[in-house]
Amino acid sequence: MSDIMTAKDLNLWYDQTQALKNVNITIPEKSITAFIGPSGCGKSTFLKTLNRMNDLIPSVRITGEVCYNGQNIYDSSVDVNELRREIGMVFQKPNPFPMSIYDNIAYGPRTHGIKSKVKLDEIVEQSLRDAAIWDEVKDRLKKNALGMSGGQQQRLCIARALAVKPKILLMDEPTSALDPISTSRIEELAIELKKSYTIVIVTHNMQQAVRISDNTAFFLLGELIEYGETEKLFSQPTDKRTEDYITGRFG
Amino acid sequence: MKKNKMIERVIHGVFLILGLLTVGCVLLITIYLVISGVPAIAEIGLFDFLFGTEWASTATEPKYGILPFILTSVYGTAGAILIGVPIGFFAAVYLSKMATPKVKAFMEGAVSLLAGIPSVVYGLVGMLVLVPAVREIFDIPDGASLFSAIIVLAIMILPSIIKVSMTALEAVPKEYEDASLALGATPVETYFRVSVPAAKSGIAAAVVLGVGRAIGEAMAVMMVSGNVPNMPSLFQSVRFLTTAVASEMSYSSGLQQQALFSIALVLFLFIMLINATLNFFLKKEKD
Repeated sequence: MSDIMTAKDLNLWYDQTQALKNVNITIPEKSITAFIGPSGCGKSTFLKTLNRMNDLIPSVRITGEVCYNGQNIYDSSVDVNELRREIGMVFQKPNPFPMSIYDNIAYGPRTHGIKSKVKLDEIVEQSLRDAAIWDEVKDRLKKNALGMSGGQQQRLCIARALAVKPKILLMDEPTSALDPISTSRIEELAIELKKSYTIVIVTHNMQQAVRISDNTAFFLLGELIEYGETEKLFSQPTDKRTEDYITGRFG
Repeated sequence: MKKNKMIERVIHGVFLILGLLTVGCVLLITIYLVISGVPAIAEIGLFDFLFGTEWASTATEPKYGILPFILTSVYGTAGAILIGVPIGFFAAVYLSKMATPKVKAFMEGAVSLLAGIPSVVYGLVGMLVLVPAVREIFDIPDGASLFSAIIVLAIMILPSIIKVSMTALEAVPKEYEDASLALGATPVETYFRVSVPAAKSGIAAAVVLGVGRAIGEAMAVMMVSGNVPNMPSLFQSVRFLTTAVASEMSYSSGLQQQALFSIALVLFLFIMLINATLNFFLKKEKD
């Protein structure tokens, strides 16, 4: 497996507070990489540096590099909208637009210039199938997406992200607002999706990381403490702090 | 204990009376308008009154047709909306989504100030600056016209449109905008394709509020419209429903005076209709 993203000496500050300290990591393609760690450890902040969603916060300052396919995404020549199209994101709280299911999925393709009804129909169906929600919604595509359950909304958001054909899918605690059944559906979906996409997932739930991820990174106080194969990190952690965290001594 | 309860009740009673006072005023005005407005309509005939094209209240054979006033008010309001809404809407999008905090604070202050200027001042500036300018630019004998009134009204409704639209746009959850940006949409695409549709009821309410302000305005339009009861035409002197009442009331008597009350009643019905529409949109925004 080749590496698709690499962070080099990444530092991030909110005003004077340093939230990320010298993070170095490489993320392999077509696999699931999980970020774990206690609240406020920087895992979500780091996830958002990967598609530059932190740009939206005025007080943020970043040094170091994040390379995607060998290109530093913080380089001034990078078109950030183009970048976010390739690196999609699913948020903690399901956030479908207040419009129909169909229009939610078609939003991205339409924004990127696809007008043909036939083409859009095709993309909508394929995206909903890929997100394993087609059978549940195919008869109510014109209904408002806000009428769906939380779990369905989150899978709709995944479908919406897939509709612009990204290479990487960033997931920021995608199941933290969901019930156990919806959660397991999203987990199954993530495993299915890694055949075609690279997935990076932030999770509060260590069992989830064990269940679905290939590699796990443990963050603490803005530092990347340990990173490696999930199985090894959970069975033989090399750092004392990792061991303390995964055995439930803190966090 | 008992004493406390007693005080609670007294206070409750006092507040209730104060509240009822407001309701009472509205009721009184409504009843008064209906009672004093209906007789003239009955005498003139509803059709002749509403659709008569000639108003000559002081002629030896007086004519009481208020169609010129109704149409002037409708056209004037429509014109003001046509000009004011696009400006106000884009200003609201800019201020709520794009402006830097400093620019926003400054411009919001200016908008509030605009809202606080008395309408007679709008009229005065309109009379001294706008009316001569319109006369020069369009080469017409008198600049006091429907056109001048539309311009003044368009400016006067800006603050309500901007402020109410801004409130609606700022209430759009940030999650929607984040989702759009994360899909690779640019900020501007996001504002117009996600934020604005999500705020549409609030923006519609802003437009209706603007309509209400424009149709109810009297002083400023009287000063710039020439106040002649012509059938409306863009560059002619015209008279609005509001100014029709205001300009003759001081010397009217008999049927003429009663007819003025009837005009006020028609205006009142317009405003009621607009208010109902406004409540409809505000309620929709809440859901």
